[in-house]
Amino acid sequence: MPSLRFHIRFPESKIKEPIIYQIGHEYKVVTNVRRADVRETTGWMDVELSGDTAEIERAVEGLRKKGVLVDPIELNVVE
Amino acid sequence: MAKMKALVCRECGKEYPTKAIHVCDMCFGPLEVKYNYDEIKKTISRRKIEDGPLSMWRYIDLLPVEGAATVGLHAGFTPMVRARNLAAYLGLDELYLKNDTVNHPTLSFKDRVVAVALTRARELGFETVACASTGNLANSVAAHAAAAGMQCYVFIPGDLEAAKVLGNLIYRPNVVEVEGNYDDVNRLCSEIAAEHRWAFVNINIRPYYAEGSKTLAFETVEQLGWRAPDQVVVPMASGSLLTKIWKGLNELRALGLVSEVRTRVNGAQADGCSPIATAYKEGLDFFKPVKPKTIAKSLAIGNPADGYYALKAAAESRGAMDMVSDDEVVEGIKLLAQTEGIFAETAGGVTIGVLRKLVKQGTIKKSDVTVAYITGNGLKTQEAVIDAVGRPVRIQPSLVSFERTFKMGKNGEAGT
Repeated sequence: MPSLRFHIRFPESKIKEPIIYQIGHEYKVVTNVRRADVRETTGWMDVELSGDTAEIERAVEGLRKKGVLVDPIELNVVE
Repeated sequence: MAKMKALVCRECGKEYPTKAIHVCDMCFGPLEVKYNYDEIKKTISRRKIEDGPLSMWRYIDLLPVEGAATVGLHAGFTPMVRARNLAAYLGLDELYLKNDTVNHPTLSFKDRVVAVALTRARELGFETVACASTGNLANSVAAHAAAAGMQCYVFIPGDLEAAKVLGNLIYRPNVVEVEGNYDDVNRLCSEIAAEHRWAFVNINIRPYYAEGSKTLAFETVEQLGWRAPDQVVVPMASGSLLTKIWKGLNELRALGLVSEVRTRVNGAQADGCSPIATAYKEGLDFFKPVKPKTIAKSLAIGNPADGYYALKAAAESRGAMDMVSDDEVVEGIKLLAQTEGIFAETAGGVTIGVLRKLVKQGTIKKSDVTVAYITGNGLKTQEAVIDAVGRPVRIQPSLVSFERTFKMGKNGEAGT
């Protein structure tokens, strides 16, 4: 099953929302958090999404619509 | 025993074989090269380095390749300029400019990292190299790939300026314009790197590629007569350059090639894209991503991969960070050109602008031996200064007109 790795950053207003749980329910993807740092005002997670590639892309779009910043695990690679 | 021991996760310390991988399977942290310093120490010496080629490859013992260099043989060993005029202007006793505006072959420090990346890519059996870039990196990868006879793909956003596209096309790589913005190119390249067996220099080859930046630290120490400076000022985009300069200085100390390193490593960014310098100023150990808006496009990385590590390196070295406005960037470019005759691209303007600020604040003191890194050539970003350099003096094609314009008497004497 294809899987892609992402770095997700939560703005302060989204810290308390169960966004990863919601994404796992709304899309056919398996979410697997591998590293995270969540504080009172900000937070990030390194997460693996597994599933059909097109479904992963829909899930990423869904994450963005929920107001979180989604980047590849490498962050910015355009130099 | 091989000089490269392993790739090691910068977060959890898990080790991996020295292949084309860049992310820890366990915690998704970035990987970097771990060396067998005990083995390297047996053979490395100042004398051996001084007898080496007049390029960055004189430090091959501390670069992540197994055999001899095969790509980018002339990169590095650029001039270390004693900047007496600029030093006098700023009020410093001893200022040097590490001048990578004349790096071979594409006039930026990227020739160092790409030389390492492509040499290593060949060793790992790759025939195709790739990168995602809007400027210096694309130029360098395309040029080196052409010279090495390797297939090359350069990914750019669909809205990139024509002049920048041309600078890549001349080397005849496959230039792929992605219909979308910067973020779209970013995401796509990460996915392509995961799917195709290509050497993406700043993705799956990144642990090796980034090590090339250490040669700036090595050359600095050697060209100063085997002493480490008191202060360095480094432009920051991904933050990798700053972290590797710090790593390089520490390697020289660990190997006994320099007796002490008390260098403060200072970082420079532009106001319009300063996630790392802003975090430093706010006393944070993490940075907040930004949408870049600055003329310093070669530093415009809003979510920098090594931002966290750059903050750490600056803290370890007791260095500082600061940022300058676009106007100050242009002033910095002009000041450098008009005092030292070096035309730098916008990143150089950022470095000089921040150097000026740090001196003014007293962070860099008059007696500090200081090195500023000038990482790219001004001919690449002429549009940044086009409205700030004035116009030529226009005269009629006659001696009278010339002498009247410049108020000259006979024999070129100044008139009254």
